[in-house]
Amino acid sequence: MGILQMVVIILILLVLVKPLGTYLYHVFSNEGNRTDKWFSFAERPIYWLTGLRERKGMTWKVYALSFIITNLVLVAFGYLILRIQQYLPLNPNGIGSMEETLSFNTAISFMTNTNLQHYSGETGLSYLSQMIVIMMMMFTSAATGLCVAIAFIRAITSRGTTIGNFFEDFVKAQIRVFLPLAFIVAMVLVALQVPQTLEPTLSLTTLEGVQQRIAIGPVASLESIKHLGTNGGGFFGVNSAHPFENPNGLTNAIEILSMWCIGAALPYTFGLFAKNRKQGWVIFAAMMMLFLSFLALNYAAESQGNPAMNRLDMDSSQGNMEGKEVRFGIPQSSLFTTVTTAATTGSVNNMHDTGTPLGSITPLALMMLNNVFGGKGVGLMNMMMYAILAVFLAGLMVGRTPEFLGRKIEAREMKLIAIAILTHPLMILVPTAIALATSAGTDAITNPSFHGITQVLYEFTSSAANNGSGFEGLSDNTAFWNVSTGLVMLLGRYVSMVVLLEVGASLMRKGRVPETIGTFRTDNGLFVGILVGTVLIIGALTFLPTVALGPIAEHLTIR
Amino acid sequence: MSANRMSAAAGDRVWHAIKESFIKLSPLVMIRNPVMFVVELGTVIVLLMTLFPGYFGTEDRIGFNLTVFLILFLTVLFANFAEALAEGRGKAQADSLKQSKKAVMASKLMNGVIKVVPSTELRKGDIVAVAQGEVIPGDGEVIGGLASVDESAITGESAPVIKESGGDFSSVTGGTRVVSDYIEVRITSDPGESFIDRMISMVEGAKRQKTPNEIALNTLLISLTLIFLIVVVTLGPIASYLDIELEIPVLIALLVCLIPTTIGGLLSAIGIAGMDRVTQFNVLAMSGKAVEAAGDINTMILDKTGTITFGNRMASQFIPVGDVELDALGEWAAVSSMRDETPEGRSVLELMKTQGIPFHETLAEGGVFIAFKAETRMSGMDLSDGGRVRKGAVDAVRKWVEAQGGAIPMDLGEKSDFIATEGGTPLAVAVDDRIYGLIYLKDTVKPGMKERFEQLRRMGIRTIMCTGDNPLTAATIAREAGVDDFIAESKPEDKIAVIRREQAEGKLVAMTGDGTNDAPALAQADVGLAMNSGTTSAKEAANMVDLDSDPSKIIEVVAIGKQLLMTRGALTTFSIANDVAKYFAIIPAMFMLAIPEMGALNVMGLGSPYSAILSALIFNAIIIPLLIPLAMRGVAYKPMSSNKLLQRNILIYGVGGMIVPFIGIKLIDLVVHLWV
Repeated sequence: MGILQMVVIILILLVLVKPLGTYLYHVFSNEGNRTDKWFSFAERPIYWLTGLRERKGMTWKVYALSFIITNLVLVAFGYLILRIQQYLPLNPNGIGSMEETLSFNTAISFMTNTNLQHYSGETGLSYLSQMIVIMMMMFTSAATGLCVAIAFIRAITSRGTTIGNFFEDFVKAQIRVFLPLAFIVAMVLVALQVPQTLEPTLSLTTLEGVQQRIAIGPVASLESIKHLGTNGGGFFGVNSAHPFENPNGLTNAIEILSMWCIGAALPYTFGLFAKNRKQGWVIFAAMMMLFLSFLALNYAAESQGNPAMNRLDMDSSQGNMEGKEVRFGIPQSSLFTTVTTAATTGSVNNMHDTGTPLGSITPLALMMLNNVFGGKGVGLMNMMMYAILAVFLAGLMVGRTPEFLGRKIEAREMKLIAIAILTHPLMILVPTAIALATSAGTDAITNPSFHGITQVLYEFTSSAANNGSGFEGLSDNTAFWNVSTGLVMLLGRYVSMVVLLEVGASLMRKGRVPETIGTFRTDNGLFVGILVGTVLIIGALTFLPTVALGPIAEHLTIR
Repeated sequence: MSANRMSAAAGDRVWHAIKESFIKLSPLVMIRNPVMFVVELGTVIVLLMTLFPGYFGTEDRIGFNLTVFLILFLTVLFANFAEALAEGRGKAQADSLKQSKKAVMASKLMNGVIKVVPSTELRKGDIVAVAQGEVIPGDGEVIGGLASVDESAITGESAPVIKESGGDFSSVTGGTRVVSDYIEVRITSDPGESFIDRMISMVEGAKRQKTPNEIALNTLLISLTLIFLIVVVTLGPIASYLDIELEIPVLIALLVCLIPTTIGGLLSAIGIAGMDRVTQFNVLAMSGKAVEAAGDINTMILDKTGTITFGNRMASQFIPVGDVELDALGEWAAVSSMRDETPEGRSVLELMKTQGIPFHETLAEGGVFIAFKAETRMSGMDLSDGGRVRKGAVDAVRKWVEAQGGAIPMDLGEKSDFIATEGGTPLAVAVDDRIYGLIYLKDTVKPGMKERFEQLRRMGIRTIMCTGDNPLTAATIAREAGVDDFIAESKPEDKIAVIRREQAEGKLVAMTGDGTNDAPALAQADVGLAMNSGTTSAKEAANMVDLDSDPSKIIEVVAIGKQLLMTRGALTTFSIANDVAKYFAIIPAMFMLAIPEMGALNVMGLGSPYSAILSALIFNAIIIPLLIPLAMRGVAYKPMSSNKLLQRNILIYGVGGMIVPFIGIKLIDLVVHLWV
């Protein structure tokens, strides 16, 4: 039965991929279609107000500059609001302003689509901050990622020098994708008992006669974009494990699908742009294979329960339920954990810290790869980077200069990809080493030994992958952690985005090599295998030594 | 004797390469190969720890550290040896070329007066006289006279070739020898820039620049090296949190095992050996880039005459006229050709044999051979019994028969027209006043060409045949040879137009040529192979020169280009796939002392932590010399679809690359474990 619960959700996702992927293609293909008619009423005034009547195509440099400056302005705005929220309206609970390094961390965290939270929403943020900082950034960061991915897809599938207009893409992403979807999901969640109110925290007298304060607020609206935009920052500290964020199995399934569907549909959209749907499915299949194997690992490990407890002859038929919600059980927790780290959302419906050591490899590994579906667009871009890498390695073996989508992969692309592929391990391993070697870092560890290594590794992996889930158990609201993870999130997000855009632009300038029987095909089953192999050997094995000292050593010692 | 000398030469080369591998240890040289440079740095660090154990506090580890040092040192040497060996092969060839480049005295013509000057003083535009037995002092063009020239110094072909002024056989190469007659040559290159000079510098590798693909691959190898550097450097502090002290030599061993040393050590050898294979094939590539481009060719433009066909017309069929029997026609055709040494004549006898038509050789006994003359346009034999046999152009034979009062068969005109429209040449055969029939002469496709075009098609290469023939003839030959497309009645400009058209579609085009009017097209093509017998301008415009002047060699050049890229890809994949096993050898070994439970990861069951590390390191080192032959020879390449090729190579080098080190490390460990 447990497996069936997961299978049903995965099947629904498979059904969603084609229509959603096609819809995304129509939104961004810049060819006239029905979506223009439906949404122009909202877009035209925006274009008029912002002086965007002529939306000329941008070169990759202008595009990159546009999204970086837009994000920078929003970070500054967010930082300012957080610092002075005490004096602003919509603060019925009288919450004070946020401390400097925490504001820095929070502003970056949400702008980079990470949503690492070193604060607890119900006590750290006013309703205004939740809405115009947190939710605003949830929309804008997701749109930024989606736009950059679309621009990258355009670059590698078309010819010329321009990759679309960032501002136009940005507006379209909001008006045609995120706002309508978020509205629908929010309404469904409200119908399923998720609160949506501006009333202050409730004070109630329980049956035992005790006074209890129950935090509420505009939860449903945040919850919907939190998942649709693969943001993951919870309204409440315990995130989607909280009964008001995620009351039942149905909301759980909706949340899983919300955060998964756009990332999963993008490969199909890419296939449409490339005029080769099979190519899109190949990328999708590689992602799905990796996804399913890591899901299996987590589900198997969690179902078997904690080895240390099992040795004490305790009943392990329920699996390892420590830190899990009874209403979700192992399957829905496992699937949520796998999806939230694959799609780099970072919302949690169970405590990753209390998972089994082997089970915790799943979220860690998916974030280390950061290309199994992945966050809004970024996952697809990273997978394409591995695809180019795989093409380069294996493509040589057919005796031709490697080519991908008809473009030759040459020194310039490899140089740029070298930067992108170096950034991720650099951003994860170096800060982890520093944190573990300094007292500023080790002081935060609440579980010593191997588990402590996992805690620290998880925190930086989550930051670098812009996932934002916490392993928790780490006392991370200190200047060291706020600043270090803040920087890691920044670099983890923008370096690869900019570099890959440049890769795309460089490929776009090249002539197309016609396809012959001698061409290395990237749209068949063999390439799925090569791609998965490349991801595992180059992407995953890099982290094996460190993972061996964390979860693997922990598992082997408690066995 | 020669076998002995050859093995002695090979021995010399190995000695030379061993010497070179030590010279190449200089960091200034090593830095050009960043992967091996990292290994060298590690070697120095471990050496210091072995030499000054007191300073590093490694007194109890001297034996292990010394062993690690020796293996690392060997790893670097092996890589250097591979490169030196590849370079050595080129050097041997360069040396023999230098023999022919010795300065000679030249007879310089100045206003009709001969002045003897050393060849090194000749400049472009000078005119020299070369007489029988003299060496041509420099590259040039024949402006007067006609001579046969022995070009064996560069081509290895001993038969002399005729050189004369004007036309496509006017270019001569310095260092070749005039065997007969006398020519006057205008020098076309300054000293040091001659063809032989360029050839020497190419094979010596002095001018060898990294090719685009090599640069891209190198970038990838450097980034992998950096990634693993990050992994290994951060592992120390991370482990120190658990109070695990990782020894520096062990970390260096892990690093060296993980970085792609196999391909890093063999990369330049593969490139040099690839170029060398082209040279050994008697094709001189002006750059490695051209060889790589050959692997990418989509379209190949080939001249019909000389490349696809023999260029001379051969008998392919006997067509009797009137009420003549086929055997009778064959018999008289054979008699007319008995002493005919022209290719057409010989081909008639060949055809008799292949068709199994019997004839009586006695018929020709005592006959007088009548040679072909431009006036008569016939040849044949006056038999001892007085009969006269003739074969020749149809109208000439018809007139000859009519002059003797013979009747012309009704179907002669119809049948000869048919042969003409098919693109062939009809020859009429007559005895006295009777016309027996026609010999169908046609241009014959070289044997094996059809199969080669089939191979090219399997590689995904389209072939286009260029010919001056009319469309009908062209279509016949194209169909017979199995080319994909043809251009009839083509002019030199047409070739350029075709190349441009194909290139506009993003295709890479290869072509061969020898004439001056081919030069622009050779320059326009991505791979232009000029014939050594061709003109200087053609050779200068091309990026490859075939010393044997065999235009169909372009096909092999493409295969060599592909093989070069495949070898690089295969060894890179192998190198990276090897990492899986090395992880499983070293990671448990590193941590087993502090965390005994880590032994569960020791899936290979290696003897002890230290033997595991040493075994992985030894495997990593010896795999380099083991793969040198493969790097030099290139991976096996048979033309097949890219998909099949990929499946095969992924299986051998990818999957094999994962399995082989598991076996290799285990075997080495069985031995190493005897000591540690």
